[in-house]
Amino acid sequence: MYTLTDVTKTYTQGKRTVVALDKVSLEIPDGQMVAIQGPTGGGKSTLLQMLGALDRPSTGTITFRSNDLSAAGESTLTGVRATDIGIVFQSFNLIPTLTAQENVEMALVPLGVGTAERATRARDALASVGLDERGGHLPSELSGGQQQRVAIARALVKRPAVLLADEPTGALDESTRDEIMDLLEKMWTELGLTLIVVTHDSAVARRAQRRLHIKNGHVKDVA
Amino acid sequence: MFGTYLRRELVGRRKQTVIIAIGMALAIALVILVQSFSAGVKNAQASVLESVYGVGTDITVSQTPEAPSGEPGGGGGAGRFDFGADDGTTTDDGSTAVSQSRLAAERGTETFDAAALDSVLTVNNVAAASATLALTNTTFDGELPDFSEVRSGGAPGDGAAPASGGADGAGGSSFDVNSFTVLGLDPSGDSVGPLSSVTLADGRGLDADDAESTVAILDSSYATSAELAVGDTLNIGGTDFEVVGTVTSTSADATTASNVYIPLGVAQSVAGLEGMVSTISVQAASSTAIAQVKSDIEAALPDATVSSQEDLASSVSGSLASASTLISQLGTWLSLAVLVAAFALAILFTISGVTRRTREFGTLKAIGWSNRRIIGQVAGESTVQALIGGVIGVVVGLGAILIINAAGITLGASATSSTGPGGVGSPGGAGPGGGFGGAAAAVAQTTDVVLNAPITATVIAIAAGIALIGGLLAGAFGGWRAARLRPAEALRSVS
Repeated sequence: MYTLTDVTKTYTQGKRTVVALDKVSLEIPDGQMVAIQGPTGGGKSTLLQMLGALDRPSTGTITFRSNDLSAAGESTLTGVRATDIGIVFQSFNLIPTLTAQENVEMALVPLGVGTAERATRARDALASVGLDERGGHLPSELSGGQQQRVAIARALVKRPAVLLADEPTGALDESTRDEIMDLLEKMWTELGLTLIVVTHDSAVARRAQRRLHIKNGHVKDVA
Repeated sequence: MFGTYLRRELVGRRKQTVIIAIGMALAIALVILVQSFSAGVKNAQASVLESVYGVGTDITVSQTPEAPSGEPGGGGGAGRFDFGADDGTTTDDGSTAVSQSRLAAERGTETFDAAALDSVLTVNNVAAASATLALTNTTFDGELPDFSEVRSGGAPGDGAAPASGGADGAGGSSFDVNSFTVLGLDPSGDSVGPLSSVTLADGRGLDADDAESTVAILDSSYATSAELAVGDTLNIGGTDFEVVGTVTSTSADATTASNVYIPLGVAQSVAGLEGMVSTISVQAASSTAIAQVKSDIEAALPDATVSSQEDLASSVSGSLASASTLISQLGTWLSLAVLVAAFALAILFTISGVTRRTREFGTLKAIGWSNRRIIGQVAGESTVQALIGGVIGVVVGLGAILIINAAGITLGASATSSTGPGGVGSPGGAGPGGGFGGAAAAVAQTTDVVLNAPITATVIAIAAGIALIGGLLAGAFGGWRAARLRPAEALRSVS
């Protein structure tokens, strides 16, 4: 699915250059569940952004399903994000003025799905995360765990090939954390996704098939 | 989804929507008011000018008057009244009743050769033209004392009572000086010129058969004040004219151009101004041809003063002119300033809104929304906000116009012209047999015009256009700001 070759990402902060990823080479096959761990500022989120086609590396190449994301134009990256990649964020990132149903539908807008089909698919996605009764609620009317379920439904409604989760349980209590992870694992299994989870939480990381540790921009597999 | 998202955002961010809408509403209401007032003032000016020059007159041709000589009775006025020894009727008490009418070119006008009309008619794109001769009739009507008795009454210092009364200081005399304006015009042509803006009130109008007749039609206001009616006789310049009709202005707010209208040829003859005219009214074939016609007439008649309606508008004075100046200067700048402020407000609030929604737009980009779609969303929201303001602005603006129209603001206007009716003459000389200065000292028609600010589709279209431009401008800036956000950075933003 993903092939990263000598991927380096640097940021300039004033006169200082920060190396977030340093010549990272990595392969992530289809259908794998990967956990990425590491200290704060180690490059976890930067790596996830590269995998999510949200940013391009400074040097090196990232190939995703035969697409060279490092050389692709903005419209190609937008297209990849719209069709193949679902993303779940730590703070859910739901649009506060839209209902749960509408938030989920937003992911289908770039695909040009018709109104009726969009509504059906969003309803089904919410039902699959156990929120079929909550479609008309605004995010502010939902608990943290419910909001993250809506975010997962939004990420999955377009039937992506890969689901990226950036600290998906970071804002949740332990019990809700387990519920969300159970849900993600269920989806991964049922939908045959590639699931990549960035986490600080070792309990979450232990659920993954493969664990990567990233520190100072260097990535290594954890046995 | 676009509509749902847009509606939810506008409702959800009510404060921003209200502020942008109010700013835009104020600006649009002001623009509507200024535009409508401006049109109202222009209409009022046109109404005043029409009463002087007639409906459909695009251009007038006249001659700039020469500077007055300064001598009493000079300046093209009624001239002198001369009485011979045998003039007048002596009554039993020895006083002499005298009466004399003089018809002369109106003061402030210059006559010129009527052949100029032929030159004008040969100019390309002249649809119609007619010449007029503006005159003032001044009537001396009075009684002079028996001067032999005055002289024999005693020499100064012999104790006799001094003579009393009499404007001329002669004592015992009394006289009236009356004047009215007379316009000589082509009786067969009323398509252009002063008679095009009148309507018949009584009797009949002038026609081609009247070219040589001593017939007159009167302004109905003048006829009322002079106690004249159809069938009466009016002495003009010593010649009796039969009153055959009365006319009123087609504009409810203005009187007609002159007190009396007589055939041009007769006017020239009675006034001793054969072959002379004072104004030529010209109608161009189309509004686009006015400039060309004006320029060609100027070339054909280099000594003439050729004025278009635009030039003539500057001759309107009084509170109407003050209103016009106020609107064109203060009103325009004020509305422009408020408009710029409203646009700036909309842009700043939209950009600020986009900044507050950085993570939201980052999320949308992360789930596959293109820059174009996001720009469209931002532009759509700001356009709707501006259009809401536009609708409120139109309602407020139209309400204000209706209130102002209902209040019926009256503006005074004077149209300085070479054909306008003159004022009352004033004595220019002294003593019996003296001359009188120009009777028509002022060549301006003063009229009150009720300001009526029109509500036109153009004004509404301008308001809608401004709202649309304001919204799109704010949307363009906001959208540009949103498009520049890099998704990775936008997602890191803390909202």
